[in-house]
Amino acid sequence: MVATANLDAILLTAKLATVVTALLLLIGTPVAWWLANTRSWLKAPVEAVVALPIVLPPSVLGFYLLVAMGPRGPIGQVTQALGLGTLPFSFTGLVVASVFYSLPFVVQPIQNAFAAIGPGLLEAAATLRATAWDRFFTVALPLARPGFVTAAVLGFAHTVGEFGVVLMVGGNIPGQTRVVSVQIYDHVEALEYGQAHELAIVLMGFSFVTLFLLYALNRRATMLST
Amino acid sequence: MTRNMLFALVVLILPPMACADEVQVAVAANFTAPMKAIAAEFEKATGHKAQLSFGATGKFYAQIRNGAPFQVFLSADDETPAKLEQEGLAVQGSRFTYAVGTLALWSARPDFVDAKGEVLSRGSFAHLAVANPKLAPYGAAAMETLDKLGLTSKLQAKFVQGENIAQTYQFVMSGNAELGFVALSQIMKDGRIGSGSAWIVPAEMHRAIRQDAVILAPGRDNAAANALLRFLRTRAVLAIIRSYGYQ
Repeated sequence: MVATANLDAILLTAKLATVVTALLLLIGTPVAWWLANTRSWLKAPVEAVVALPIVLPPSVLGFYLLVAMGPRGPIGQVTQALGLGTLPFSFTGLVVASVFYSLPFVVQPIQNAFAAIGPGLLEAAATLRATAWDRFFTVALPLARPGFVTAAVLGFAHTVGEFGVVLMVGGNIPGQTRVVSVQIYDHVEALEYGQAHELAIVLMGFSFVTLFLLYALNRRATMLST
Repeated sequence: MTRNMLFALVVLILPPMACADEVQVAVAANFTAPMKAIAAEFEKATGHKAQLSFGATGKFYAQIRNGAPFQVFLSADDETPAKLEQEGLAVQGSRFTYAVGTLALWSARPDFVDAKGEVLSRGSFAHLAVANPKLAPYGAAAMETLDKLGLTSKLQAKFVQGENIAQTYQFVMSGNAELGFVALSQIMKDGRIGSGSAWIVPAEMHRAIRQDAVILAPGRDNAAANALLRFLRTRAVLAIIRSYGYQ
């Protein structure tokens, strides 16, 4: 039913969004924890840096990532020194660019969830001799669950929907960097509106089902735990 | 006396107001730099003002079909204006070729591309940037050139595609692709290649990259739109167009 080229793009997009969301939760959680608890003067500047990708137009951010990851750019110099070559035009490059691009959408909900817990419960756990790790894993993480769900949904959705950044650093290689949004754009530009409609419908259906399942499961889990 | 002076004043002010029209022009992205220069000359010569929008030809087509208020369209190809004419969205008989593009194989590194383009058959590079042949006439011309050289299948794995010729240029300019097929107009400065190294692809390697202009339906009775199309054919404008690497 769906053309193979379109199917490839859908699978690639799902893979990209999954990898990026997993990485963002790993990177975003410690950053969010630190931001929620620190009194350092560094808090405001770090928060500002994390939020920057919201302000920058995606194609502008993509352009600077392309230059930065290029052979003469700072990131490119590092990856070349490590023997990895340069990142643009590869799946790895897309992952790195997407992590930058979607970072605020993951860090901010988790940070807010951590901040909402407040010091009371954590201090109570400490009086019961819970170590810092215990307090984090058995008190903070479960209480911040809705924040994590929101973060995962936003990070995933934002990566599926990203276009400008991928366009700039991707190079439109089938199976590597040609994601759904780029494929739809190609169809529209080539006046293949039928193909574009088909892919857009699949993308919407897929996104709706994913979001629906996440919210439904979260609601059920929240009801079970209370 | 005062009445006469008032009359004189009105006569002095009115003509430019009555004649100076504004024309909304959709311009193919590859023609951005020359069109800015031409629009400035056009304003000086005629008093009309040209409002320029730059973008991809396919996007303009979709916008025009959906009622965009452009009055003149300078396309990157010759198919889109013909299609608009067939669909009754452009003025019959106003279409003509305003520029013929030149393809160049370019690298940001000096001495990387030789004057005959033999670097292609040596294949000593990781990425070759090409504009999407489905969307960009320069991309289609690049593919025809590679076909003619018999190198398409050999180099296939090294292709990176730009959505348009501007993005393809960025891939090469930033060094992420060692070389790529760009428009000569992008790398020409004051009549010569600005930086890096290039092979100017001979015209017989691919079908001519004809760029056609057309008056769109909303511009039918617009004096400025008609004046602009006449202006594009003047010798002074042709000289400007040539200095940017078009034929």
